Amino acid sequence: MRLAASFLIGLVFGVGIVISGMANPAKVLNFFDVAGAWDPSLIFVMGGALGVTFIGYRLVWRRRAPLFDSQFHIPARSDVDLRLIGGSALFGVGWGIAGFCPGGALPALGTGIADVFWFVGALIAGMLSTRAVITFAPIRTALQK
Amino acid sequence: MIATEFTPLTSLVGGALIGLATVGAMLALGRIMGATGILSGAVLPTSWRDWSWRAAMLLGMAVGPAAYLAVTGQWPAISIPISREMIVVGGFVVGVGVTLGGGCTSGHGVCGLARIARRSLIAVPVFMLGAAASVFVIRHVVGG
Repeated sequence: MRLAASFLIGLVFGVGIVISGMANPAKVLNFFDVAGAWDPSLIFVMGGALGVTFIGYRLVWRRRAPLFDSQFHIPARSDVDLRLIGGSALFGVGWGIAGFCPGGALPALGTGIADVFWFVGALIAGMLSTRAVITFAPIRTALQK
Repeated sequence: MIATEFTPLTSLVGGALIGLATVGAMLALGRIMGATGILSGAVLPTSWRDWSWRAAMLLGMAVGPAAYLAVTGQWPAISIPISREMIVVGGFVVGVGVTLGGGCTSGHGVCGLARIARRSLIAVPVFMLGAAASVFVIRHVVGG
């Protein structure tokens, strides 16, 4: 049940992403190109997603626990640090270069287009190498002391 | 540069479906529906129980385009006006950025803003401005 629900949730997300245009780099890049071929459609994606989530989350949180787990897993951090700001800025720059964000690219893998696989491969490489640096850099610094 | 049509209605419907899935993930699993978090947990698994739902969800996502094809009779429009080199560079930079920043458009943009989370209220305008600046430089400074 838990895995069937997960699959279905992924499917609804994937269909939403491809209908919305978030999986289409031409559309995404035109959204950010206010000085050129501006296409404001993605404002409506954000509006639809946020409206439903804002209300839906509050309805779900009336429950004591989710259906298939004993507790909700909600990020507790609220500190704003340089890593958050710098990382988000870098993400934006990369999004503007490639036209894909992770949520746009993952469903697009299902089209079989080779460029999407190149993007996701590079995305995972970027994630893993950053994780490796974050994990091992403090250890190395500690060992050198 | 490829001109794209303004599609407020289909984009709103697509967005609402993204929202529905996001609420579903909270209802069923108690989880934030962030593509970054789901993918990184699937690539670096901690347990079978934690890996299996991520894999099932990613599989569901990838079936999305085929479901769209089954209903509409055509593949979703995906046009990529960028060279493969730029795709790879952009992908790597996105991977570094979302790992440091702890989320992307779905995690910070949808879930975080809906929770009114402080970190997301900072992250979202920063990455939107970053993307706009990046597109401006590529199209109007370098390419112009």
